Amino acid sequence: MFTPHTKHDVEVMLKTIGVEKVEDLFSEIPSQFRYPELDLAPRLTEMEALNELENIASANATTKDFISFLGAGAYDHYTPAAVDNLLQRGEFYTAYTPYQPEISQGTLQAIFEFQSLICRLTGMDVANASHYDGATAAAEAVILAYGHFRNKRKKILVSRAVNPEYRETMRTYMQGDESIQFLGDDIETGIAPDLQKFIDQIDHNTALVMVQYPDFFGRIIDYKPLIEKAHEYGALVAVACNPTALALLTPPGDFGADIAFGEGQPLGIPLSFGGPYLGFFALKNELLRKLSGRLVGETTDVEGNLAYVLTLTAREQHIRREKASSNICSNQGLMTLAATIYLSLLGKHGFKQVANLCYQKAHYAADQIAGITGFDLVDETTPFFHEFVIKCDEPVEEVLEHLMHHEILGGYDLGQAYPELKNHLMIAVTEKISRDDIDYLAGVLSEENHG
Amino acid sequence: MQVPQDLKYQKTDEWVKIEDGIATVGISDYAQDALSDVVFVEFEVDPDDEVEAGGSLATIESVKAAAEVVFPVSGKIIEVNQALIDKPEILNEQPYGEGWLVKLQIADDASLDELLDAAAYEAFCQER
Repeated sequence: MFTPHTKHDVEVMLKTIGVEKVEDLFSEIPSQFRYPELDLAPRLTEMEALNELENIASANATTKDFISFLGAGAYDHYTPAAVDNLLQRGEFYTAYTPYQPEISQGTLQAIFEFQSLICRLTGMDVANASHYDGATAAAEAVILAYGHFRNKRKKILVSRAVNPEYRETMRTYMQGDESIQFLGDDIETGIAPDLQKFIDQIDHNTALVMVQYPDFFGRIIDYKPLIEKAHEYGALVAVACNPTALALLTPPGDFGADIAFGEGQPLGIPLSFGGPYLGFFALKNELLRKLSGRLVGETTDVEGNLAYVLTLTAREQHIRREKASSNICSNQGLMTLAATIYLSLLGKHGFKQVANLCYQKAHYAADQIAGITGFDLVDETTPFFHEFVIKCDEPVEEVLEHLMHHEILGGYDLGQAYPELKNHLMIAVTEKISRDDIDYLAGVLSEENHG
Repeated sequence: MQVPQDLKYQKTDEWVKIEDGIATVGISDYAQDALSDVVFVEFEVDPDDEVEAGGSLATIESVKAAAEVVFPVSGKIIEVNQALIDKPEILNEQPYGEGWLVKLQIADDASLDELLDAAAYEAFCQER
């Protein structure tokens, strides 16, 4: 065991506090709990341990082994090798909170660039230095809106077409305040693309209206009528967005959203079985003081050189704890950096090309699959980005099982989160999927139908 | 330092002016000077809110600090000075005039007895 204290150090400390031996420090704990017998495997050498861990790891399959059509919030994009290479430079592994601008210019500049990129993608005025992931960013939007109306407006309207995990996380965050009502995502309100039943629920008690863009089902919906109605009633509007889609779509800032946030994982961050991911969060200038987390600004030092500093941390717990609305800091520093490098490397045109490839390939896939007996494209009129819903004659579980035998991860079983969508399969297509992959999928599905 | 004679003061540096049961509240010249350049005013109340003396009225952020402003009297808010949201510097320029924060209908006169008159407030400031 590594311990920085010598035997003598320990003796001196024990003597100082008047205790005979270290064990005496734990006398408060009932003796039967003090040194429990742990059921552990016998110890291994480094070589044996590595072998064992590799054996365990090899039982997992990755998207390198399978063709993946899984999406539903996390997407398998290609990450240029340079992203990881730059990310692993030791200079970036400093203490993550860059309080001292005189020694943190690199980190501060990277965060500033990230904020700027997110603002350009979302069409918003200000972005912060990140959140844990899309789901927790969604929860922060709720906290922001609730505080914005000084806890007087109690209704949070969330579309049923917002990622179910985001909705669950928001409810978890706010469970301490029973007066807050989450509404709008019930089966009755539903997921119709015209949103009329949802829009009708906006009233003067509504603090926040939240929708997703493209929505959880991949659909691209015009939110202008919804936003107009929300603003008419003084409510704020938060739009969860997929950053890759924003390369092609009108950004939420341009159609009147007050807050734009989302999951930054598609920006050069591996799937990694669910994390670490990256939440991004941006808003309009009018809400600047309500923004939680760190914010980096560009300025000049006393000699007139360009410099970066933390600025405007009005909601930060280290400034005014009692007014803080969040415990968010600079947060996912390394993931932020990955996204910044990814976007910078691809550039405006490269990133658009990625988005365009996703769009084109997804539409080709939808056409191919819809042509197979037993599989129908559910919505043939609403535009979609790179994800779409197929209704299957067979239970989705069986379809996925069959595809798995052919090294295909077929997609997301919507019945898991939406009881009304049993037998509905959601398929995501990124630029990594080739035309051959899609044809292969279609082939296996036809076989499934005939077999 | 200006301390107008016709106003009442609180040791937390708010002033209050009473006319026909209506109280106008602001921060003193001493307070604005101590804060230096005010960059942001965030009100904690809206018109029609019922408020208690000692309750939070606003947060004033300057280049140096963030300060809480508390109500010197209880009552119902009539008006909030929206002009300060776009031009917070008015607080530095005219703390007793255009820089008023809120007007409220006083609920009862009891809380007024606790307030300082101009001479007492001036003496209090000089001791600091």
